[in-house]
Amino acid sequence: MRYAMAVDTKKCVGCSDCVVACQTENNVPIGYCRDWVVEVMDGTYPQLEIELRSERCNHCENAPCVRCCPTGASHIVDGGIVLVKPNKCIGCGACIASCPYDARYPHPEGYVDKCTFCVHRVSQGMKPACVSVCPTKCMYFGDLDDPNSDVSMVLKKRKYKTLIPEAGTKPHLYFLI
Amino acid sequence: MATRRQFIRISAMGAGAVMAGAAGLRLLASEITDGRKASYVALTGRTPTYCEVCFWKCAGWVYRDDKGSIQKIIGNSEDLNCNGRLCPRGTGGVGMYHDEDRLRKPLIRTEERGMQSFREATWEEAFDYIAEKIKVISAEHGPECIALFTHGSGGKYFSTLLRALGSPHIAAPSYAQCRGPREVAFQATFGEALDSPEPLDIRDTRCLVLIGSHLGENMHNGQVQEMSDAIDKGATIITVDPRFSTAAGKSKYWLPIKPATDLALLLAWINVIITEELYDKPYVEKYTYGFEYLKEHVKNMTPEWAYGITTIDPTVIRETAREMANASPAVIVHPGRHVTWYGDDTQRLRAVAILNALLGSWGRRGGFFRTETFELPEPPHPAYPTPKRTWRTEFPDLYKLADTVLANGVCDATVPDPSRNCKFQGWIVNGTNLMETLPNQANTLKAIQELQLLVVIDTMPMEITGWADVVLPECTYLERYDDLRVGPHRKPQIALRAPAAKPMHDTKPAFYMARELAKRLGVIEYFPFEKMEDQLDWQLKQVGSSLEEMKKIGVKTFDRTADNLFFYPDEDVEFYTATGKIELYSTALEGAGFDPMPKYTAHEEPPAGYYRLNYGRAPMHTFSRTANNPNLTDLMDENSVWVNPRVAKEWGLSTGQYVHLVNQDGKRSEFPIKVRVTERIRWDSVYMVHGFGHQEKKLRRSYGKGASDTNLITKVLVDPVMGGTGMRGNFVTFITDLAGEEVVS
Repeated sequence: MRYAMAVDTKKCVGCSDCVVACQTENNVPIGYCRDWVVEVMDGTYPQLEIELRSERCNHCENAPCVRCCPTGASHIVDGGIVLVKPNKCIGCGACIASCPYDARYPHPEGYVDKCTFCVHRVSQGMKPACVSVCPTKCMYFGDLDDPNSDVSMVLKKRKYKTLIPEAGTKPHLYFLI
Repeated sequence: MATRRQFIRISAMGAGAVMAGAAGLRLLASEITDGRKASYVALTGRTPTYCEVCFWKCAGWVYRDDKGSIQKIIGNSEDLNCNGRLCPRGTGGVGMYHDEDRLRKPLIRTEERGMQSFREATWEEAFDYIAEKIKVISAEHGPECIALFTHGSGGKYFSTLLRALGSPHIAAPSYAQCRGPREVAFQATFGEALDSPEPLDIRDTRCLVLIGSHLGENMHNGQVQEMSDAIDKGATIITVDPRFSTAAGKSKYWLPIKPATDLALLLAWINVIITEELYDKPYVEKYTYGFEYLKEHVKNMTPEWAYGITTIDPTVIRETAREMANASPAVIVHPGRHVTWYGDDTQRLRAVAILNALLGSWGRRGGFFRTETFELPEPPHPAYPTPKRTWRTEFPDLYKLADTVLANGVCDATVPDPSRNCKFQGWIVNGTNLMETLPNQANTLKAIQELQLLVVIDTMPMEITGWADVVLPECTYLERYDDLRVGPHRKPQIALRAPAAKPMHDTKPAFYMARELAKRLGVIEYFPFEKMEDQLDWQLKQVGSSLEEMKKIGVKTFDRTADNLFFYPDEDVEFYTATGKIELYSTALEGAGFDPMPKYTAHEEPPAGYYRLNYGRAPMHTFSRTANNPNLTDLMDENSVWVNPRVAKEWGLSTGQYVHLVNQDGKRSEFPIKVRVTERIRWDSVYMVHGFGHQEKKLRRSYGKGASDTNLITKVLVDPVMGGTGMRGNFVTFITDLAGEEVVS
């Protein structure tokens, strides 16, 4: 089982609902976030293009954060979800420095925190909070090993990209373009 | 061509930003203890609500944590307004409850207005004070000299109170400051106003035309959802906007129009559709009135004519008109919502309505559907007394097609004038921050100084609360019952709002406040139920449900009882206009002395060195009311002024720099605003998000953050048809020298 997410940049309006939904679902303190929205604009007036995308931990198969963690707090669980054990984390920040996606933040209680793909929801058959809330339904989630999952189906149908593929991290966050 | 690339992390607190900030890393292992908060929260129980953060009123479920505190709000999947998905503001509604700057106690003014000198009072004292003043005003001037300004659910109860006392003056800024011109234009054309949510079948449209309407930035939830569905199904989007909006970024055609010239483009589109015979002929013949007049009227309004005005290439005007016709009748020329721009707004919206009529989209799948609203019995009460005077009788010749009380009209009629023998003496203001809602703040302040009584009911200390004589702290929508939501949609639905928590601090629901005042003013018989929940249960039992059932389901859907969602083929339709037809030529406008068909008139242009001030919405904020919400401030905590790079170069501006804006009348922004240099804005205008630059210091998170557009709107272009306050005729320039000024950032 390999959980993955695809974000449709053609539908995302950058409203950041995913960010608030994650905060209230996961008790992320005000002033911090596990997911965020990026706007990339290209061109000169009036020949312009915008790409909007909701970003988070890429849950990499080859995760630098896990490799560099000195205590084993950063680890990969079934389904390929990268997690942090708060009690094992000493807050050294090596993972933050190693993450090419800037997906981790130091929680004010002293450990490093990040997106869990809402493993507590996913394990009960629900979708991550960001996916469930999105007004544009621009996010697809599921198991890449299941050809009928939302994410497998949409990746078959659409052109997509990953971020910073040259880092060799084998990310599980796809962007439909 | 040089490419300028901008990479912006929209959410204010990216992990990177936090790293550089004060949070830092705690490196001492001894500081890391067990028993930290779980990364997610165990939840206990859920309560149905419908949202009050904006007017869309999406139904949802409020979840509490194990301590009973409100933790999260999730959309109700049965709800047609949101389909189980709230927008960021709805999700962030929890912040309204938790905001530590909330109003906590009733307040009574003790010193001069504007000085914020209040003393805390008991509810009894506050009610007695208000009732006494209302009695005095009623005796001396008549009860009709008391007006209500409302934007929100609580307004209903104060409206009952005022009607019971004999005042018809219930004003909503959502009319003359927002969608009024649209309602009048559609009424004149199709015999029906559009109401809210608008009956747009966006999910099945094949072509969506947005004229200055920035869906996706205005999070009109159902419409944004349906626009996304339409994108999935390959619909063509055409966006007309001087700014490259989010919607423009999703569009096949973006028409970067010169501001204030939209009506010329609309007339040129009508010209193309008629001259190329692209209109829906059987529909136009069967349902419309005045086609030949219209044909004659627009015959010279060619794309070439419009090119000189709009700067849009005639080829593009023709191509886009054909795109619409190809999609017809599954095409929507979006009527917009906030449309009080240039003072000829009713006529511009008439052109929108006419275009839709020619394309046959009214009453057709992928166009406009026929709504149905659930009919709920009102609690029994005596008939309201007939008011002795109305705003209409005082202004017989003004704004003839205004069919509701104008907020700005009440404001104007509060200032004494020799031509009138009456003026307003008391205002009750519920859930609308008039200082940021009505343009021309100086005028609003002048009116306030004339009042004998100003009562403000709100959850937050806003600019308007600072001017009140009495402030009544309302509990948030998450802590109270309110009337059932019955709004129009594809199917009739009702939605319940029940309290998910006890009111925090010493706050009360508006129903309680209005009823307590009714008791003191001798009109209690208009409030037959002592508690809102008893009224709800009574109403629900009349229609085969109950409060108990609604608490379990939140939303109940009924079958349609009226006509089909769309016209049947060849259906004979009677439109509620004088001719019984869709009026391309408006007899109502003609009868009131206005142009029966829209004409383009040139609007004033910015003087050299000035730029037209355009404003709009951000998806994470509603008006000025969310600027202090901790969850939403986290996403966007100040606005910026968008400036084209060519303009920036001329002024030596760079992104992130703070400037002051000053308008054509010398009005300077109260606070400096951050510059955003971007290709997304035309060189003849600047843009900012509405609702920032709060001057109320009690809003600790938002005080002084960004600038207020309302503050810079001193020139108001009034629509003679219905009194709408056009706000886009103001021009600003930059003051770059901020020496000696503190920048709140």
